[in-house]
Amino acid sequence: MSTEPKTLFEKVWEQHVVVEPKGEPTVLYIDLQLLHEVTSPQAFEGLRLAGRKVRRTDRCIATVDHNVPTTIEGRLHIVDQIAATQIATLRKNCAEFGIELYDVDSREQGIVHVIGPELGITKPGMTIVCGDSHTSTHGAFGALAFGIGTSEVEHVLATQTLPQSTPKTFRISVEGELPKGVTAKDIILAIIGQIGTDGATGCVVEYAGSAIRALSMEGRMTICNMSIEAGARAGLVAVDETTIEYLRGRAGVPAGDDFEEATARWRSFITDDDAVFDQTVTISAADLVPFVTWGTNPAQVVSLDGVVPNPADFADPDVASTTERSLTYMGLTAGTRIKEIPVDVVFIGSCTNSRIEDLRAAAAVARGHRVAASVRALVVPGSHRVKSQAESEGLDQVFLEAGFEWREPGCSMCLGMNPDQLSPGQRSASTSNRNFEGRQGRGGRTHLVSPVVAAATAILGRFATPDEVSS
Amino acid sequence: MKAVHVIEGRAVPLERADVDTDQIIPSDWLKRVERTGFGRGLFSEWRDDPTFVLNDAQFAGATVLVAGPRFGTGSSREHAVWALMDYGFETVIAPSFGDIFRNNSSKQGLVIAQLSVRDVEELVALIHEDPSRLVVVDVESLQVEVPEAGWLRSFILDPMTRERLLNGWDDIGLTLIHEGEITSFESTSHAPTLTGLFDDAGHVLTR
Repeated sequence: MSTEPKTLFEKVWEQHVVVEPKGEPTVLYIDLQLLHEVTSPQAFEGLRLAGRKVRRTDRCIATVDHNVPTTIEGRLHIVDQIAATQIATLRKNCAEFGIELYDVDSREQGIVHVIGPELGITKPGMTIVCGDSHTSTHGAFGALAFGIGTSEVEHVLATQTLPQSTPKTFRISVEGELPKGVTAKDIILAIIGQIGTDGATGCVVEYAGSAIRALSMEGRMTICNMSIEAGARAGLVAVDETTIEYLRGRAGVPAGDDFEEATARWRSFITDDDAVFDQTVTISAADLVPFVTWGTNPAQVVSLDGVVPNPADFADPDVASTTERSLTYMGLTAGTRIKEIPVDVVFIGSCTNSRIEDLRAAAAVARGHRVAASVRALVVPGSHRVKSQAESEGLDQVFLEAGFEWREPGCSMCLGMNPDQLSPGQRSASTSNRNFEGRQGRGGRTHLVSPVVAAATAILGRFATPDEVSS
Repeated sequence: MKAVHVIEGRAVPLERADVDTDQIIPSDWLKRVERTGFGRGLFSEWRDDPTFVLNDAQFAGATVLVAGPRFGTGSSREHAVWALMDYGFETVIAPSFGDIFRNNSSKQGLVIAQLSVRDVEELVALIHEDPSRLVVVDVESLQVEVPEAGWLRSFILDPMTRERLLNGWDDIGLTLIHEGEITSFESTSHAPTLTGLFDDAGHVLTR
């Protein structure tokens, strides 16, 4: 091993190289695979057809999140037979291949990217994959975590490795102090808005700088979660005391002397001084404001105090025509003030923003207020553990008294695969990660926002910042 | 995976940028447990529009899809690749692609040919001039050609993906050549497993 300064990414990568065949991609060892009902059935079927086994059942864990209804009644009797079959198929596959499953009725069930960290299964320095592009969430712990397709899910089940070409490294530093009311979600929306949906293609991004250091693990997860929206393979944050304190006492984390021993190793998962990145960008935290997306890709962001952009303002004809098309789909007129746009639905949830801190922040805004009569508002905790924690703090009552629906854990309205969907033409303020056409239901119009903006918007019935909601 | 050498067929110009995988195959289709039959769901939200290019009879039976920049961004769903192939596409030509989509394509034998924005614009113009023109994508020589118009461009494909396409190699089989190395890596790895995390009922043990 050389003593050259290394990036966090390089350290994790090097420790997982099984073999580097000449002229071929590196065979990279995968410490953990997370599985869910949507992207796994064809992978298990592939194993069956080839007569292959799961190589390491002790490195796989499964749960159901994408399809599951988020009402108790809905979960008892899943009406959508195709969804019910997919869930039953995961159950059957996990039993057949010997993989632990957090089923619909398990107290550990939840969104796959929420339960990994909260159970302490996600740890620094690991390689983690899942058939879901938001796997980058786990990078907040200094783990190399990335989304894969179903063929790769099968590959990891069979070999516990993946052939990988070496990505490029990209450091995004956010320096300084965030203004009041500006959150981790606004940081990542600002980054995507600045570098674009392909700004980090082929790269593993490390988020660094004093504003990232100051964030909680929940905030760091929100940022790493949306790395893919800038095209990145993965997002990372270096290990520090915040990481270690989050992990202390969690189920999957060693206790006592073993914990101290583990932390000594975890602390090495940082980027060395003078390590070189292929690309760097620095953003000033003090310049950030609450953001909202106005269009149909996550780079189309604007300040809450801004206006809907005008296609004519873009010199590039391609950008102008994309803008035009987005505005048509979104049913918006150029020049309209964002804060004058009414919404029909508010969704607080998803692997981006459904953790306890997100719910606390939203509840603090909603407390003592009423959701506008014209708005349907849902709060969907990311997991049963988040839900229980929130209930023990009385957050469910805050939301219910304000007129929000309080739901069972799952992906819910993030992606239109379960009963929680927008109707055609409905407009949402959503704490999720994608505003693509039809993402939350056919014809639905999605605006991405932070949990506090979502809560304020629910109360005022139009896009709003928390300071507009009197306390 | 079937070996792919040369793709020769008519092309459809999609002329849209930022076609994410939610557009290629909407999530409603992802509930299926099969690998086949996704062609009906391809671009399904757009196909209701009679003016959508795939509904134009002169492009029926095309095997080459020509798209704008950032094709296949977003969700990791391999269903996007299955849908394109089930519909009949054998290759996608565009100025840039989402990483996971590109990976997924290589596993299924959908050929990803990346050309510059300008080259794609030229190709689209050639197709509009005469939609019956044949477009040739050659994995051997890494070239896109419109023979009738004397138009020829090279594209880059990583050497391993090219080899795998040309030979139709199974990725898992290739990796298992290194099974000895995997086993020896495992014997020295300190990475934690999930052993001891659960009680007999499958619940996570609390510490």
